[in-house]
Amino acid sequence: MSSLSERILGAVAGEYVDRKVDRAYVHDGTGVLTLEAWKRMGSRGLCDPSSLSVIFDHIVPANNSTTATLQHELREFATGSFLQFSDIGGGICHQCMSEGVVLPGEVVVGADSHSCTLGAFGAFATGVGATDMAAIWLTGETWFRVPESIGIHLDGTLNGAAEAKDVALSYVSRLGMDGGSYHALEFIGKGTRNLTMDERLVLCNLAVETGAKAGIFYADHVTTEYLARYGRSAGQQVQEPCEYVQELEIDLAGIEPLVAVPPRVDTVKPVHDLAGIPVDQVFVGTCTNGRYSDLARFARIVRGKKVAVRTIVVPASREVLAEAARTGVLADIISAGCTIGSPGCGPCLGAHMGVLGEGEVCLSTANRNFKNRMGIGGDIYLASVATAAATALEGEITEPGVP
Amino acid sequence: MRGAGHAVCLGTDIDTDVIIAGRYLRTKDRSIWVAHVFEDLDPALAPRLSGAVIVAGKNFGCGSSREQAAIALKESGVIAVVAPSFARIFFRNAINIGLPLIEADPGCFDGTTVRFDLESGWVESGGKRSPVRPLSPRMLDILRAGGLVEYWKVKQ
Repeated sequence: MSSLSERILGAVAGEYVDRKVDRAYVHDGTGVLTLEAWKRMGSRGLCDPSSLSVIFDHIVPANNSTTATLQHELREFATGSFLQFSDIGGGICHQCMSEGVVLPGEVVVGADSHSCTLGAFGAFATGVGATDMAAIWLTGETWFRVPESIGIHLDGTLNGAAEAKDVALSYVSRLGMDGGSYHALEFIGKGTRNLTMDERLVLCNLAVETGAKAGIFYADHVTTEYLARYGRSAGQQVQEPCEYVQELEIDLAGIEPLVAVPPRVDTVKPVHDLAGIPVDQVFVGTCTNGRYSDLARFARIVRGKKVAVRTIVVPASREVLAEAARTGVLADIISAGCTIGSPGCGPCLGAHMGVLGEGEVCLSTANRNFKNRMGIGGDIYLASVATAAATALEGEITEPGVP
Repeated sequence: MRGAGHAVCLGTDIDTDVIIAGRYLRTKDRSIWVAHVFEDLDPALAPRLSGAVIVAGKNFGCGSSREQAAIALKESGVIAVVAPSFARIFFRNAINIGLPLIEADPGCFDGTTVRFDLESGWVESGGKRSPVRPLSPRMLDILRAGGLVEYWKVKQ
């Protein structure tokens, strides 16, 4: 009896295996070093360009001529070598790969730590660095140590103002920043049936904040129906009984809105304990919470009102932006006084637009609140979309109302 | 693989953002990463890194997959990093660029000499020898080659 990671990698936990990579992707940040390492390996061909993607998301559009020149070089290479290429404004790499690309049972490797997001499809998805990725470009495969799995049992249904983000912050706080190191977090139990693909993507996204190699759900009817909307067909995965090295129980109905306090993702408190802390900026977006369902939820709360502090909303992809424009969600957000950014990572990593000033405080829907990440001397509180909306309207950390 | 250097002691959960901040990533100029390494943790650290063995707490290198973090340490002259545990992407990145990582918990005495021998499996800090968790044979091969680029140059 095996965990899903063991089944996909075809070996038992603890073994080292070489595995063909079904999908590999880089972004404009890691792609530059990947290309450099691949050239230093001898530029000896690309194993399977159709399985390799280059997706510009980190600094889009380019913020200065150095960035623009680096992006130009990578763009020329990607298009000239017939890699799958998504230019500025297409969206965040993990989101683009979740829009009908990744399928259950695949081995997916991204040159970005949040590549674990795609485990939501029942794929084994993990992050690597640039040189590992260069070897994948060259050979089409990489080595893995098959991880032991931690079983996270979900029961019940989310209620009140709680979101998948609050569930994620809850498990990160319980496991700690290295509690999942080298493990796969396997999300199981009856509660998984009540979660949409967007919610599963959020839960897998934060797996790396515990040090985990992967977060993974079994593909079920929710997965296959989601993929069918993109014209992709996929089988479901049936769980086998298996031994977990650790098990965690989460009653979804017992989850309340939470905030991760700077500078650690695992320092988590209920929103009401922090209520009243003034903020200078609210940021809604990223590979955690920039999907259409997030923007729609945010719009429902701010519709017809005005935000009290500067609020930046960055759709995770062009598809998300287009859908928000089509349904009127975008108009509601703009009318409330928010600023819309080009689809991509936005200010999450502090590399361009929307960075914080000395002593400023941001409440963000992202996944990292490390010291100085969004700007020198700025503090980052991490929370759900509903908490971000309530906070934007009041200008201070505010518990969201029950919708 | 043997080496020695003066100890630079660091705490637990040192993330790659504080090793090299996101605002310095958009370049291929390695001297920029060397100039700003650990800037957000303690600007006094950078001048001490040449010839150093960093001895840190658990979960060193957590967070972003940015390989620039490992490169910044190596280009600054860091000989090796010793910690009870490393974040997995940083672990692969460091070995892939030929920076030895040593999984051990020997205690740290700032400025004193740290010695290690990876084949024999020990690290010495404050005059006391501690065992080292061995690297997998593949990772040791990559490290001996000087990194994954050199490993593949020979392999193919």
